Amino acid sequence: MRRDIFQAIADPTRRAIIALIALQAMTPNALAEHFDTSRQAVSKHLRILTECELVTQEQKGREIFYTLEIEKMKEIDKWLEQYRKIWETRFSQLDELLTTLKDAKK
Amino acid sequence: MNNDLLFDFIVDKPTKTVTINREFAAELPLVWDAYTKQELLDQWWAPKPLESRTKAMDFSVGGRRFYAMVMLDGTERWSVQKYKSITPKSNFKFFNAFADENENLELPGSDWDLNFSEENGKTKVSISIYNESLERLEKMIEMGFKEGYTMQMNNLDDLLAKLSQAQKEERKK
Repeated sequence: MRRDIFQAIADPTRRAIIALIALQAMTPNALAEHFDTSRQAVSKHLRILTECELVTQEQKGREIFYTLEIEKMKEIDKWLEQYRKIWETRFSQLDELLTTLKDAKK
Repeated sequence: MNNDLLFDFIVDKPTKTVTINREFAAELPLVWDAYTKQELLDQWWAPKPLESRTKAMDFSVGGRRFYAMVMLDGTERWSVQKYKSITPKSNFKFFNAFADENENLELPGSDWDLNFSEENGKTKVSISIYNESLERLEKMIEMGFKEGYTMQMNNLDDLLAKLSQAQKEERKK
């Protein structure tokens, strides 16, 4: 199943997982300690994040560590670009309004 | 858009702050009014084709603006801005949060700080938006994404209308 980054960060638990592993690679057990949900639920979220290619697994001894793919996170910057565009539109509307108001004053 | 007017848009993820600087070709009192008067705000706050509808506004410390962004399909997305401090024609700060139609806040929200200054007949507005959580910043962006999407859809409608018109003319020949 194809997944995208929007699905990855649509869920608050997954956003929290991202925030945690952004600081350091973590095992599912270490992650689960931060949440009230079951270890299974955390594993499910990790699976989705993996499918979204937002995290990668790394075997270290007997444990699996999850690492954040920073490059993939950059897709979020495209969102920010959208947000910037909204402000651009908003401001050009304000430019027009100010022109109208100035003309009305004359 | 006036390209000779300053426009900065800076996102600082570590400090969870978005900073926006913009110049306007108008004197400060006029720009101040556009930001602080309900009937003027509603004319520019929502990027078209969205509509800004202010239900209640009391621009005073402790007062608030309760407004909706209305989507093309009529869906309303409510927000509340609570004014925390006002220095007339210079600065105002508010706490912003999404809300339901009964004004119940969806926390966390964001803290806004707006500074106004005038030089050579141009007014500069500096807006700094601090988000308590990264999650909230993402939600805001997600909203923006949806709005952007709506705008694109509207453009598509225009395009389709033009295409069908062109087709009709083609048939007449």
